[in-house]
Amino acid sequence: MASPPPLPSSTSVLSSASSLADSLFQRSLDDLIKSLRSDPSSEPSIIARSLSEIRREIRSSDPLTKSIALQKLTYLSSLHFHSMSFAAFHTLELLPSPSPQTKRLAYLAASLSFHPSTTELLPLATHQLHKDLTSLSTSSSSSSFPFLPSLPLHLLSLASSADLSSHLAPDLVPLLSRSSPLQPKAVAATYRVLSLCPSTVPVLFKPLVDCLSSDNPLTVSAAVGAFCELSAPPNDPAPYLPLAPEIYRVLVNSRSNWTLIKALKIFSRLVPLEPRLGTRIVEPLSKFLRESQAKSLVLECIKTVVSCLPTHTEAMRLAIDKIKELLSSDDDPNLRYLGLQTLGMLAPGHLWALEESREVVAQSLTDPDRSICHEALRVMMAMTLQENSIESCTLLVRQAAKSDPEFANEILDSVLTSCSKDFYELVVDFDWYVSLLGEMARIVHCTKGDEISRQLVDIGLRVRDARPELVRVARELLIDPSLLGNHFLYNVLSAAAWISGEYVEFSKDPMELVEALLQPRTSLLPTSARAVYIQSVLKVLTFSCNSYIDESSSLVNDTVIARMLSLIEMTVGPLAESEEAEVEDRVRNLLGVVRLVANIKDLSGDKDEDGMIYEVVRVMDALFSDEMGPVSANAQKKVSVPEDLDLKDNLADLSEFISDNDAAMSRSNPSILFYPQSYNASEEVEVGPTSVAESTSLKEHRKRHGLYYLSTDKETTEPELTEDYPRVNETLPPSNGDTTRRVKVTKLRPTVVKLDEGEDLATSSSLSTKVEAMKDDPLSGAIKDVLLGKKGNGASSSFDASSSSQGKGKDKVKEKEIKSKKGEEGESKDRHKGRRKHKHRKEPAPPVSVAQETPVIQDFLL
Amino acid sequence: MVFVLVSQIRFILLQNRQGKTRLAKYYVPLEDSEKHKVEYEVHRLVVNRDPKFTNFVEFRTHKVIYRRYAGLFFSMCVDITDNELAYLECIHLFVEILDHFFSNVCELDLVFNFHKVYLILDEFILAGELQETSKRAIIERMGELEKQE
Repeated sequence: MASPPPLPSSTSVLSSASSLADSLFQRSLDDLIKSLRSDPSSEPSIIARSLSEIRREIRSSDPLTKSIALQKLTYLSSLHFHSMSFAAFHTLELLPSPSPQTKRLAYLAASLSFHPSTTELLPLATHQLHKDLTSLSTSSSSSSFPFLPSLPLHLLSLASSADLSSHLAPDLVPLLSRSSPLQPKAVAATYRVLSLCPSTVPVLFKPLVDCLSSDNPLTVSAAVGAFCELSAPPNDPAPYLPLAPEIYRVLVNSRSNWTLIKALKIFSRLVPLEPRLGTRIVEPLSKFLRESQAKSLVLECIKTVVSCLPTHTEAMRLAIDKIKELLSSDDDPNLRYLGLQTLGMLAPGHLWALEESREVVAQSLTDPDRSICHEALRVMMAMTLQENSIESCTLLVRQAAKSDPEFANEILDSVLTSCSKDFYELVVDFDWYVSLLGEMARIVHCTKGDEISRQLVDIGLRVRDARPELVRVARELLIDPSLLGNHFLYNVLSAAAWISGEYVEFSKDPMELVEALLQPRTSLLPTSARAVYIQSVLKVLTFSCNSYIDESSSLVNDTVIARMLSLIEMTVGPLAESEEAEVEDRVRNLLGVVRLVANIKDLSGDKDEDGMIYEVVRVMDALFSDEMGPVSANAQKKVSVPEDLDLKDNLADLSEFISDNDAAMSRSNPSILFYPQSYNASEEVEVGPTSVAESTSLKEHRKRHGLYYLSTDKETTEPELTEDYPRVNETLPPSNGDTTRRVKVTKLRPTVVKLDEGEDLATSSSLSTKVEAMKDDPLSGAIKDVLLGKKGNGASSSFDASSSSQGKGKDKVKEKEIKSKKGEEGESKDRHKGRRKHKHRKEPAPPVSVAQETPVIQDFLL
Repeated sequence: MVFVLVSQIRFILLQNRQGKTRLAKYYVPLEDSEKHKVEYEVHRLVVNRDPKFTNFVEFRTHKVIYRRYAGLFFSMCVDITDNELAYLECIHLFVEILDHFFSNVCELDLVFNFHKVYLILDEFILAGELQETSKRAIIERMGELEKQE
């Protein structure tokens, strides 16, 4: 080369020479790939070398060099995960290139690497994109490159930002028009732009709707797809209701299965909002179910019918027949899977159909394919009712024992969740359920110890009649020394220990219990569990002493009590020096009591002489004999605040003591847990009464009970209170415990104590408020601009004209809401009235389409 | 922003049995490290499955529909509620087109012509939406584009 090319960016001759070298010796993409493949082991070094080459080459001014460098970089970036962001500016430099290959390369690189969060250079491309998008209207480039706008369309749909979208939105409109060959692509890009930048709705929505009625089936397909996406959850589908007639037309006329599937999806979202739509689409749906050869379409029809049209018996019958067909296809696992999936959708309304296929489902549980097992499990759970719960759950637990760890835990999880729903709604025979819980705990890979222990205790609290069985199950768990080594089970064991202690009166052999609780292997347990064990020993001892004195039980005689006392002293004695505060604390309590009643054997029967022993025993027994029940989460709210009390005062001091972990504990679970943070379960409730009790600062409380405060974290404020006593019972006024207990009584089913409604429904209520919120959005006026804009666009064109005609009640309400919102948002109604200044707005057009639409809609809704 | 960006197809991956990615097209924004993780996970999911198993697996909160052709796994990640059979068709359509375009395509063709593969993909899927379902139309279009090269 004789003379160096003009260099706008660099000034020195040296760099021009190096760029010459680059263009002469630059390795092409093929070279790069070949070198990578030839020597797999040195791949990182080859990549590193190429990257440094690319960095140099890409800064060259020669577009060819640049583009090849970009191509290599794109390759490396997309397949070898190297960030391309350093090349962002150079990519933009290549965008205006006249050569189609280079342009395409640059756009590809841009769409693969550009991302609003990773590059701020995107706005620089606005002008170029604008030029490329509108290039069809300028004759010069259209002949050489008729599909040029498709490139920026891709870029827009993949890597756009809200700003960019709003600037370029007007350029999309001509591409959306009927004559444009790129209409389908434009439609797809439009939906993305709309999602990113709701303010473009006034500009783009109407043309998009027009595309629904286009002659080009591809456009129609794309438009239906766009609406399908826009109305998908979690977005609100209500604004698209006015489009229903158009989509219905597509449903009936289209030949393409893809389009039909998407149209059906839109309907499945709209029908719940407007049940009359259901009646309209039943016919085409049934036709498809009967006649279509395409399995995908049949599948979608089944899904739609089952989810939205459960009351249309004819269609349902067809759908169920098809489902049975799917289920019975032995050779195609895909169809069997889909059959199971759709079968699951039939619950709870059509359980008879599920029952008929019980065999198949049970068989599928043992299928080697994990996906099929999952589905089968889901269907089983859906099928479980009170009547067959015993059968189903036993089968499932047995299956869990045979399965691999992951699936076993899944099964256990689903059994546990569904049985405990609604305060154990499904469980009729608690004795069976309790023993099932014990069985579950013993399954080899079980990791659901937490939930099992929670339920054991919960049932103990709520279901009086189940307590004997609970004690039996607990005894079995405690006796077995092998379980003590399993660290997944320690909370189940804690629960078992607590139950044995609390309900010791149902136990058949207290001595055996004590022996089990104090066996040597308990040293393997963590502190929290040991603490519970020791406390339980105390309870059992108290009970035994009391029975001994009363001579009420034949099990507790002289030898027994003496053995018990000596055993305790022997095994627990050494623990008094334990390093763990909890354990030491309780051990000392226990030993104290033991020493006090040490001479219980020598009672002469004379109350005065042995007064102290009697006293101690009676008092201890009284201490433990209060029945503990579940506490409602709303209990605190029921305490009325006295008028002269300022609850907010001085709570700032508490912030030092409350850490984030504590506050995160679930409030909706009022039953007892055996974790170190268990006291926090009622922390919310506790803070109130503590500040009520001492309306002055926390410091004063500290002074009074400072002995029991630890230095930094919130520990027990009262010494006798242990983890397993709910704090609320102590500090709240007595009226709390007697708050309304809704007791459910069924024949043969034991009573399950439930408290007021707010209790376990905290989570479900938040869900329902979310749903409410979604439903209320269009109706409540709390929508943000775009939904308003959309309703103004879509709804106004149809409803406005029909406002004078008879509106059904629901429509009228909607109308009024729309109108009121239109009042608030002037811009949305302006579009219809043609007052918009936007040059792309064609004023005569909207009224024409409105006139067309109204008779259809009125017909539709009648 | 009111709308949540939902894409029918979230990404398309072509991976070989060793886990090397031959094509990765994402229709939702993801960081590079995320992409790496995703590709690794998807590969692990599909490579261990028996051919007799279903072509649908659950992946995080979505579904991956995959099919194996010779040594390559074609995976598409879609929403849980999507129609699996339809996307299986989609994958097959893509493979047929590739086959036609490269005349009995093999993995090496895809490796050396990666930008062309992207082009083909872009012709029939835009913004995660299936655009064109006629094989003939796409091949015609590709032919035109080729002429311009």
